[in-house]
Formats: sequence, structure tokens, C-alpha cells
Amino acid sequence: MIEHDIVIIGGGPAGMAAAVAAFDAGIKDTVILDREDTLGGILRQCIHNGFGLHKLGKELTGPEYAAVYAKKVEERGIKVYTETMVTDLSADKIVTASSREGILKIKAKAVILAMGCRERSRGALNICGTRPAGIFSAGTAQKLINCEGYGVGKRVVILGSGDIGLIMARRMSLEGAKVEAVCEIMPYSGGLTRNIVQCLEDFGIPLYLSTTVAEIHGNRRLEGVTIAEVGPDRRTIEETKRFIPCDTLLLSVGLIPENELTRSAGIPIVPVTNGAIVDENRQTAIPGIFACGNVLQVHDLVDYVSDEAEIAGLGAAEYLQDKLSDAKTIDTKAGFGVRYVLPQKVSIDPAKDTSLFLRVSAPYGKVRFTVSSGDEVLATAVRLKAVPGEMEKINIPADKLAAATDTVTVSLEEL
Amino acid sequence: MTKNLICIICPRGCALTAEINGDEVKVSGQGCIRGEKYAIDECTNPVRTVTSIIRVSNREDTMVSCKTENPIPKDKIFETMEIIRKTNVNAPVAIGDVLCDNVFGTKVIATKEIK
Amino acid sequence: MTYDVLIAGAGVIGGMVARELSKYKLSVCLIEKENDVAMGASKANSGIIHGGFDPEPDTLKARLNVSGVDMLYEAAKELNVPFKNNGSLVCAFGADEEPAIHKLFERGIKNGVKNMKLLSGEEARKEEPRLSEACTLALLIPTAGIICPYQLTVAAIGNAMDNGVELKTNFEISKIERGEAFTLTSKKGETLKGKYLINCAGGYSDKVAEMAGDCDFTIIPRAGEYLLIDKTEGETVTHTIFQVPSKEGKGILVTPTADGNLLTGPTAGVVESPEHTEITQKGIDTVLKLASKSVPDINFRQVITSFSGVRSSDKNDDFIIEASKKVEGLVNVAAIDSPGISSCVAIARCVVEIMGDIGAELTAKNSWDGKRENTHAFCEMSDEEKDAYIKKNPAYGKIICRCETITEGEILDAIRRNPKAPDMDGVKRRTRAGMGRCQGGFCSPYVMKLIAKEQGIPMEQVTKKGEGSYIVTGKI
Repeated sequence: MIEHDIVIIGGGPAGMAAAVAAFDAGIKDTVILDREDTLGGILRQCIHNGFGLHKLGKELTGPEYAAVYAKKVEERGIKVYTETMVTDLSADKIVTASSREGILKIKAKAVILAMGCRERSRGALNICGTRPAGIFSAGTAQKLINCEGYGVGKRVVILGSGDIGLIMARRMSLEGAKVEAVCEIMPYSGGLTRNIVQCLEDFGIPLYLSTTVAEIHGNRRLEGVTIAEVGPDRRTIEETKRFIPCDTLLLSVGLIPENELTRSAGIPIVPVTNGAIVDENRQTAIPGIFACGNVLQVHDLVDYVSDEAEIAGLGAAEYLQDKLSDAKTIDTKAGFGVRYVLPQKVSIDPAKDTSLFLRVSAPYGKVRFTVSSGDEVLATAVRLKAVPGEMEKINIPADKLAAATDTVTVSLEEL
Repeated sequence: MTKNLICIICPRGCALTAEINGDEVKVSGQGCIRGEKYAIDECTNPVRTVTSIIRVSNREDTMVSCKTENPIPKDKIFETMEIIRKTNVNAPVAIGDVLCDNVFGTKVIATKEIK
Repeated sequence: MTYDVLIAGAGVIGGMVARELSKYKLSVCLIEKENDVAMGASKANSGIIHGGFDPEPDTLKARLNVSGVDMLYEAAKELNVPFKNNGSLVCAFGADEEPAIHKLFERGIKNGVKNMKLLSGEEARKEEPRLSEACTLALLIPTAGIICPYQLTVAAIGNAMDNGVELKTNFEISKIERGEAFTLTSKKGETLKGKYLINCAGGYSDKVAEMAGDCDFTIIPRAGEYLLIDKTEGETVTHTIFQVPSKEGKGILVTPTADGNLLTGPTAGVVESPEHTEITQKGIDTVLKLASKSVPDINFRQVITSFSGVRSSDKNDDFIIEASKKVEGLVNVAAIDSPGISSCVAIARCVVEIMGDIGAELTAKNSWDGKRENTHAFCEMSDEEKDAYIKKNPAYGKIICRCETITEGEILDAIRRNPKAPDMDGVKRRTRAGMGRCQGGFCSPYVMKLIAKEQGIPMEQVTKKGEGSYIVTGKI
């Protein structure tokens, strides 16, 4: 068994930013374990632009954004174990990983979970019909096209209007495929407006809301799908069924944090985020194990992933330096109109401002968010528009937080 | 001519209406000044950044990702794709290396390093 | 050349028959219309080793099921196919269903099923804490078990091939002529000759019999739809939970699988053809509703896939295993629906007996080896053993399928060893790569590349399940 101060599981945007932050905070023996042969994670296949506007002040493509952080990791001489997949994590921070060199066992003083997320599959949707070739999750198609350089089909239907689905609608169009439709089971799209305009409208691709793929046809390769509108109960309406011939169906129906290792360590997970319960340092219920990025909560912008990872990286460093606050913690709670609030716990530490991240439960117009504890209002924030697809961030000043005595609740009111 | 647009500058997504009279564009529906500029740009000179991939000739199964350094006119997207498709690339490639020059007033550059 | 024996159909029955015949000095060719083995009902059924209480006494089903269970356990051990003798519970939910339990108990005794026991609802819930409060009486069958039906088929055929049997896939029989020997012509115009023809063609066994000149049975295809739930829910129950047949259907089972998932289903509906493996909304709804009758709190949010398998039944509700009275040298092995898996070894031995009766020369080989190397050896190793193994074979250190933790080494094994995995689904069935919660989202591009490289074909020729099921269209 070898030993390291901080072991970071995953070398995507979260893992890289966490490593850099931990290193810069003084923990030089920080290492990254990644299953791929290069750093970057899913960004390596996201060749489109739009990354980095918040964090780096310029608009980059995914590989470029990844390269910025990979360079920082390299410059600091942070050790990276590539093609090394972690298969087990124990509560006492023993990390077991597999690589072509053998089974690696590391005793870590602190661990940062940065495994990212996976796409929801067809099976989870229970779509009726046959099981032909030609059905891909959008990310799998993205990898085959952008990393392997292969076309996946000529006539395409996309289920789900999340950003990956929209990005792939444009990508397939650019490669000469005809995208027949994007179907979204919800009455609104979960994707960014910008993507709806530039990925669908630019290419004349129709977006059908409250519509789903009801049946899959074809025995060998996909021959078509039956789409149908859904009622308020999300069940298909028989009379609206219609057949669309196509050879490819892309699914962009949600992302699920990959928390298998989190579970194996016995760390509690909440269903609403499918991620661990953390405090403001992104520390989980096990002291010294931190989580950040899409394994903690699915983000819409990589910029926020980097921010969150820096918090976790700094937290892990402070944990080892015995600098973490031992002030009393109180819970946070999602109030009216709010689906979840993260972190789920905050310490009442008057020295630090704290940001709460949240998502609303439905699309709203102009709203005011109120952060309160008992009768005390800790912060308010007004937004011209709030949609479930975009994460909101609200800052609570240190002196206000010091006044909190009871659960901190975030709720919204429509203006 | 009247054109309906959704502003993409901020999450609010204002529904804009642009009345086009020759060179003059009149915008309504915007929540702020940035919306007006967006609508005028979209009506007079809409531009897009194109991103794609190119197979690296001297490496096995290796793709390099690329983008137009600056946005190109929206109606040249498919012509730009054709140019990218015909481009030959040999490694090594560094991020920012010019892969093809003179593409509708800009260049196509690499966004990934291939050693 | 003329083979001694042609076997039509590389499912679990054809496979087991091939393995039994590989014990003798016979040239045997196993024929399959699909790209891979286990492509029909053998890949999509409950995977239950039944105790044998269900079939009517004095039927082939009753005899071969009860005698076949031990034979199957023994074969599974030799073939290194994972199975579990987990026992089953047939449950009555209310007084009106109790007489059926008593009847099954009596029938089981008549059939010779050992160690059955009647349990009160409370006793049953002690065995199965998540069993519905509504269960009032249950029949425990300790001899019952679970096994992965396609891994069993793959292993049986692999072992038969290691003992000299040839496998011919993509051979869809279009004509059978009976001259000196049987001459089988495929749709593509290839021919195969054999002195004997054993018809194990599952859903198409009536068509094959008819082409051979004998048609006194008709297969009724019945589809069964299932929902497969993630391994996180695999411990919902430990026994296989059956319901008594009711007016709502033959009953939906809830069972762990040999691989550790939770399986619920099947529905039962007559369909047009054996190819009719569509999933229907009605089927899903039925499974959801009826499975909850046995176990009310199944976590259906963790469903990872749904599938449907078509069983081949006969109007007499019994197996057909006999030498044709009309066509010399033809043996029909048809209508093998439930309990087909449980009986498969017994059926194969029964076929060998028939072969002897109709004059086949059965001389035992000295060299026969019924053992098959453990495909799962690697994942069952301790970390220390794995480490040593990877140092010798680095491919076992590279994990390709993260959900099921399947390594490159195991995938290469599946592509290289008998019967060689020809396509993506073939790799999936042999290794479970792509069978986990992401359903191949991450690993499929890697597996495709391994298949392309091993077979020396371009990526666009890698298929999901044979001809026409291409995955990528070509290089951009």
C-alpha cells in the first residue's frame, strides 16, 4: 500500500480544479486518478464552444477549457495516474484501483470525489417496441463522432431537449444528417435558450414540447419511431401518435451522478440531487472525504464545476492543515418553488461568506429568492427569470449567516 | 420585413420583434439595451462560430478538434464545414495552430493538442 | 462432407444436445440462423430452475424437470456457469388462492419433488421480509434455483465446440432434402449435409419439421415481457417468488438473478411470430401491477432495461421429443417452453437415447472433457490474485465497462474463445459489458474497437446483433 495526502478520483474539470486548489493551498502530495489516458473527462468530446465565459472571461471549446486546467496540473507537477480506474473506496479512505500495471492500493489522508455523471439510458425510460441498433445516448454518439470520427446515422430523432441533445442536433446536422425532430416530454425545454436558438432554429429543427417517443420500430437497425403528445400525467395520448422514419434515436434524458464509490464508502446520498450530503466545504458525512462537480450535483456550466471543485480542493487542504471550522452546523432546506439547495449543511462561521446553489422546481418569470432562518432574513436576490435548467447562486454575507439559529430555508416568490 | 427572435444574451430570453426597413432595424420587446444590439446583429449580420473535427493523417484513429477563430457569417456554415472536411492535418498539432487559412475572413484553428 | 449429425438451432436445447453428442465419436454441426448463439428464447426468459411441482404428472415435462434439476446443477458446475440454489416460494394472497397451493403441493409430491414445505404467511415473511402482508400461505420448494440462461447456452456450446462440434451461424434453412442424407440449403444458397437431423429450432421447429417432410405439430409463440432492475435492488428478495395462476394471468414472478439483479415478469400473450419481441405499454403496466402484488415496495425507479422473450408452446402443453415417424433420421425436440431450462440436460440425454434407438452409432470418445474454464475467474479473484494476474496479462487491468467492472482481458476472451462473440450483444451476453446501469453508454465505443481489431474489420462492419444492425455509418 502506498500513501498520499489527497487522492482525487476523476480527472475531469472537477478533479483538475480541485487538485490545483489543494496544491496551491499547500498540499503538494495531491494526486489524480483517472480511467482515461488523458485528463479532461467529458470535456474532451465537447468540441463546441461556450465554456469559460464566467470563469476564464473568454469563450472556449471543451478541449480548450480542459487544456487550461491540464496545463495548471502539469505546471505544478501534480501526479496523475492515468488509465487507472478506482474500483473501491472504504470509509477509512483506502482507495483501490485497477490499471494495466496491477491493483493499486492507496491510503489517503483525504479524498475528493470527482467521478462525474452518466446519462440515463433507454432502459430507465421503458420505451415500448423493439431493440434495434441505432439508439444512442447523446453522449455516446458525441464520443463516436467527435473522438472516434465516425458518423452514427443519417435521419435522426432526438428525445430530450437538455443541452447535450441540442448540441448533438446541431452536430449531426453539420455532418450532413437530417434531424427530424427533438421531442421533450416536459412542457418546457431543459436546455439553454442560446442552444435552442443556435442548435435548433439555425437548422430548422422542430422542437416538440410535451411530446415523447412512444414506440421504437425495426428489428436490425432502427427504422422509425412513433412519437406522441403526453398528458399532464406524462402518459401518451393515443390520438396524437405519429410515425417518423429514422435510422437513429439519440437520448438526452437526464444525467445521473456516478456515486457507486460514494455508496461503497457508506456516505449518505440524497435522492433529489443523487449526490452526497455536503457542508459548505463540500465535505461529506465522512470527515476528510469531499465531493465536487457532477458527482455531487449535475451542473449546467463547467465554470461552476470548477468553482465548486476549488471549494472542495481548498476544504481538503484545510482539513489536513486542521484549519476547518468546528463551528456548529445547521441544515439548509428548499422552500417554496425551490427543488434543492446545496450545500445541505453550513457552519455558522462568522469569518466566511457562504454561497448557496439551488435549482427551481419549474420555470418562473421574475422572482425574488429569500434566504431565511426563523424570522431572520439572511439574504434576498431578484432574478428576471428562473428556470430549472439553470443553477442559481445566492451569496450570504458572513455577518448575516452568524445570525442564523435554525434551519436556513430558501424560497421564492413570483414578482 | 418583420422578424421574431429570442434574445440569447441572458437567461431571461426576451421575445424580440425586429422591423427591417432597408438598412434600418427597429427592435421591440427587449428588456435591456443588449437585446437591441443582439437583434440588430442577428438581422444585419448574423454570425456563428463553427466547431468540428479533422482526422489526423499521420496518426492512427486520431481526431483533432477545431473551430473558426472568429465567427463566420451564418449563411456560410455549411460551406465552412466543406472546407474543414477537405482539410488535411498532420501531427504534431498545438492548440491554436492554423489548420486552414482564409475561411470567410477568419481561420480554422486547432482546439486540441495532438503530440 | 457429410456430417453424422446436424442440429438445427443453437439455443440452450441445441447447445445441450450438441454437448451430449460431443461425448461420442460423431461429426456434429450445430446450425443457427442468427449471427450468434442463444438468440431466441434462450436469451430472454426467467432463468429459473424449477423444482417440478407445476407440470401435470406423467408428462415429459414432469419427468424431465424433476430428474433434470440435479443434472443441470452438475452441468452448471462443470461448465462454470454461475447459478444459485435459492429456493422458490409460491404464494397465495388470500383464502381463495389457498386451495391452488395445496393442489400444487400434492402435484409436487406426485412428481417426486423433494423437501417441499407449506408455510403460513407469517412464516413466509420470515423467509422473505418484503413479501406482501397479503400473503396467507406459501409453498417452499428448496430444490429450485436461478441460473443465467444465455451464459448456460454459451458455455454448453463452447464446451461442445472444444470437444469437436462445429458451429455454423447465419445459416437460415430454406430447404431440406432427404436423399442418402439430409441436405440443408440456406437462404444464401449454402448447403450442409448430415445423416441425422435434430430439430431444436425453437419457435421455428414446426417450420423445420415441415421442410423435412413431417408436420404434425404447430408452435404457438407466446411472448413474455420482463423488467430488469439494477443490482442495487438485487437483494429485494432472496427466493424466487411465484404467484398462483389467477384470472389475471399465469402470475408474475419476482426473483433475484444469478448475476445479482432483480427480475420481474413475465407476461404471457400469444403473438404472431417468434420475432415478435416488442415491449408494450400494456406489458409494462401488467408487470408493474402484478409484481407489486407479491412485493409491494419494489424500487421500479431502478429499472435498467425491459425485454421480451417468445416461448414456443404446443397445444398439448408438453414437450415434443421424438423420432419422426414419417422421416427417417429426423428427431424433433420442440415446444420446449417452461420448464425448458430446468430440463435441458435431461432433454439432451433423452435425445441421445433416441439417437441410439434409431440406429446412430454411439461410441464414446476417450478424450471428452466436460469442463469449461471459468469465464468469471478474474472477477472472483481477491485483489492480491488480481494483481498477480494483471502483472502477467495487463489487459485485465484495463476496465472497459465501469458499471459491471469488466476488463479488456475478459472482453478479448469473449471475442476469442468458443463460441466467439461476433457482435456487441454477443460480448454483452458473455461478459455483461454494457449490461449495467448505463447500458453501454460509456463502454460501447471501446468494445466496438476491440471487436473491429480482433476480427480485422472496419468499425462500420461491427454490428449490434448481426447483419443489418450496423452501429456507425463510416468515417467522417
